[in-house]
Amino acid sequence: MTDIASLKVKTGLAEMLKGGVIMDVTTPEQAIIAEEAGACAVMALERVPSDIRAEGGVARMADPKIIQSIMAVVSIPVMAKARIGHFVEARILEALGADYIDESEVLTPADDSYHIDKHDFKVPFVCGCRNLGEALRRIGEGAAMIRTKGEPGTGNVVEAVRHMRTVMSEIRALTLMPKEELMAAAKNMGAPYDLVLYIAENGKLPVVNFAAGGIATPADAALMMHLGCDGIFVGSGIFKSGDPRARAKAIVLATTHYKDAKMLAEISKDLGQAMSGIEISTLTDSQRMQERGW
Amino acid sequence: MKKCVGVLALQGAFREHRQVLEQLGCDVVEVRRTSDLEKVHGLIIPGGESTTIGKLLKIDGIGDKIKELGAKDLPIFGTCAGMILLSKTIIDSDQYSLNLMDTVVERNAFGRQVASFETDLFVPALGSNSLRAVFIRAPYLREVAPNVGILAEYEGKIVFAREGNLLASAFHPELTSDQRVHKYFLDMIDEHWSK
Repeated sequence: MTDIASLKVKTGLAEMLKGGVIMDVTTPEQAIIAEEAGACAVMALERVPSDIRAEGGVARMADPKIIQSIMAVVSIPVMAKARIGHFVEARILEALGADYIDESEVLTPADDSYHIDKHDFKVPFVCGCRNLGEALRRIGEGAAMIRTKGEPGTGNVVEAVRHMRTVMSEIRALTLMPKEELMAAAKNMGAPYDLVLYIAENGKLPVVNFAAGGIATPADAALMMHLGCDGIFVGSGIFKSGDPRARAKAIVLATTHYKDAKMLAEISKDLGQAMSGIEISTLTDSQRMQERGW
Repeated sequence: MKKCVGVLALQGAFREHRQVLEQLGCDVVEVRRTSDLEKVHGLIIPGGESTTIGKLLKIDGIGDKIKELGAKDLPIFGTCAGMILLSKTIIDSDQYSLNLMDTVVERNAFGRQVASFETDLFVPALGSNSLRAVFIRAPYLREVAPNVGILAEYEGKIVFAREGNLLASAFHPELTSDQRVHKYFLDMIDEHWSK
């Protein structure tokens, strides 16, 4: 029996992206630079997060023309973002043939209570999380891949570190709990009980978990790999830096060779100016994208 | 002989191959640098992005070392991206190749992710029970030289083939619990090292 869009097929693509770097791109030219640097996929969008942050207003799904023009020039998977809860944007992206949809807090949420029913789509979804409960709610809704939220467009890795550490330590805690405590744990973290059981038994998420939000240097990427993520999303960090080509290549190398400090020293040389960062405490509550998602 | 199998760990689904090999009683080395290849009796090139892995193979001369070992008959098994990297000809692409198998491969040959699928595949060399095979943005072999044995086809497309010490599948045996494909490769390793 042949089965299209089974969960195995959806999660399987994310498995193939592991150990790789997914780069935000806004033009076909940037997509080619990303592919040449060794990106394992690109995220096609209209504005990178730091520009969305700077320009304000409502951020929406990219113009389909931009997404198609990027799909036309690269052979690697092309992802695209839909607003939280905006299942019609997601349907449009599916119709375009996007390889993955990011239901993303970087865009302005379209629904302030509910996320998309992702089981209902052929195309797989990735969603952001700040903790294990949020990750498991998204997986319960059908996400085939998870990423930390971090604080997008800041070039500041601190929030991604916090979210990755939180998820990992909550996973470890569940594996140590006696079974009678798991239902209360599920209640407290707002997570589906069957997924809490899965974590307790297996000690890992049932899907791939990438780091995202604020990664700007090869060392940032290697740090996140050490903390236990499966791969890296880089948003503004590449094309808002002084030398995107060199930085993109260096971040790819650092993600593979994250344990090799000598190699990291070599590849961190001469990359030009990193994107200028934002200290998180200077952001007002309404400027914090990570709070979006329910 | 306790087998030591290398799994190329530059990018992609190398952990899943590692788990299957360990379940089958092998020692496993994750191969990132040329020196990691010293002790291996065989090598698996996993699924992942073939363009990404190809670029990373240029670092530290690791690709050249694999070419050299493959030409000296080291058993090598490529899945999906691995099939692409083993093939001498990659249609419509000038990307890096290990240039070992006399095959012509087409990338993303079944379409984009929305066309990815799993199916029951009949592989006579593995017995009469079909194999659950997962195809993800998968390639297939458009042409093979006469010395390449075809192990399985799906809808007339070559998705599993062997040329001497080299084995290539378009699907992902590491994503299912059926271990027959890995056992077949381990038999190739035994065959080679008992010569």
